[in-house]
Amino acid sequence: MIIKILGKGCPKCKALEEQATLAIAEIGIDASIEKVTDIDQIMDMGVMITPALVIDGEIKSVGKLLSKDRIIALLKT
Amino acid sequence: MTNKDLSPNKKLCIIIATFLVVYFIPFDHPRITGAIQEAFFMLADYAHEHVLLCVVPAMFIAGAIVVFLNQQAVMKYLGPKANKVVAYSVASVSGSILAVCSCTVLPIFKGIYKKGAGLGPAVSFLYSGPAINILAIILSYKVFGWRMGVTRMVVSILIAFLIGLIMQKIFKKEDEKRLADERLFKTPSADYVVRSLPQMIMFMVSMIGILVFLNWAPSDGVSLLWDGIFNFKYWISGSFALLLIYILIRWFSRSELGEWILATRDFALQILPLLFSGVLIAGFLLGRPGFEALIPSGWIETLVGGDSLFANFFAAISGTFMYFATLTEIPIVQGLLGAGMGEGPAVALLLAGPSLSLPSMLVIGNELGMKKTLVYVLLVVFFSTIAGFMYGLIL
Repeated sequence: MIIKILGKGCPKCKALEEQATLAIAEIGIDASIEKVTDIDQIMDMGVMITPALVIDGEIKSVGKLLSKDRIIALLKT
Repeated sequence: MTNKDLSPNKKLCIIIATFLVVYFIPFDHPRITGAIQEAFFMLADYAHEHVLLCVVPAMFIAGAIVVFLNQQAVMKYLGPKANKVVAYSVASVSGSILAVCSCTVLPIFKGIYKKGAGLGPAVSFLYSGPAINILAIILSYKVFGWRMGVTRMVVSILIAFLIGLIMQKIFKKEDEKRLADERLFKTPSADYVVRSLPQMIMFMVSMIGILVFLNWAPSDGVSLLWDGIFNFKYWISGSFALLLIYILIRWFSRSELGEWILATRDFALQILPLLFSGVLIAGFLLGRPGFEALIPSGWIETLVGGDSLFANFFAAISGTFMYFATLTEIPIVQGLLGAGMGEGPAVALLLAGPSLSLPSMLVIGNELGMKKTLVYVLLVVFFSTIAGFMYGLIL
């Protein structure tokens, strides 16, 4: 599973990355986190409002700092 | 923040420079002592008058917007196939929800321009976003009174609409070849809806109610109703607070409340230091209304006093180039007003200031090219001047 965090490095993007790391650790799945910081690349992926969370190529959330529990819920679906 | 990247030599230079500045400032000169005192008086003023009752509730509202409103839902009105009139209107007002953080303005602008509704709506959004973000509007009402507050909000939206339309007309041909990309404007699948619209509206209304009635000002006998409300303001805000508590217990889960508190905290961390230093600087240079600080009031009166066309133009053009960090335009304009700036020019400065600065011009220039940027800047200066001038004439 590949989780992508899209965002230029604002505090919220970093916080989202932390939450995602915690979520993976908690349910113990094999997943890697990638950060996408280039704004053009973010746009090409179809996102304008950061931070965004992309799981296996699908945009799951845009412009929100999700909590660990919410990310876990998203990972399980 | 950036300190870590500096080489030791550069750090030394900064320290020496600071030392030289401190060495040569005549601290015992009455103007300097007065200015330093004014800076702290003004900060105390903000702490007493504005922070607890106004800025703090406003931060909670801004936090709620980010966490609970689906910002992406607005985007579908700005997509490549959106109705043009709707796109302009939405672009002009959506700043109030989309631009709660200034860092989101440019990416959204770029997205609308390159892959969505095109140049016109993108420019409308770019202009109005920073001017009508919720914190700026609330603090404007509180500090400048409702007349300038309403003017700032309404005229910003109007100007945004006009500038967008004009830009689109002028650069019609060049706008054809852009890549429409619907995906950017769709709502992502996993974004959930837990609460109904009426529930969300009640939630927002209860928070706004607390804010509005806490800050209710007496009319001093002009309107009985107004003063009556003032006498009961704590009771009215209290009832809204009870409503809010009920809503929170009833319709919100613990983890959602946690997210909300976190978002609010992040806002506070981001904005309060800027606001405080803005107030200190404004106090140091300009002083509270009625008091003089470092810059003699006479200078300001000659440049932007009264409501002449020149004063408005000068205010608009300096606002265009000056950089205001989020919300700092408010104490600075307040200081200027106190030092003799006319209300018209103050409006002109508020309209031109937050939307444009030299750094943002460079970034926009990269995106749009020099010609379009120049036209945009000229339009902003033109409309701000006119609006300030009209305000001086009419009100």
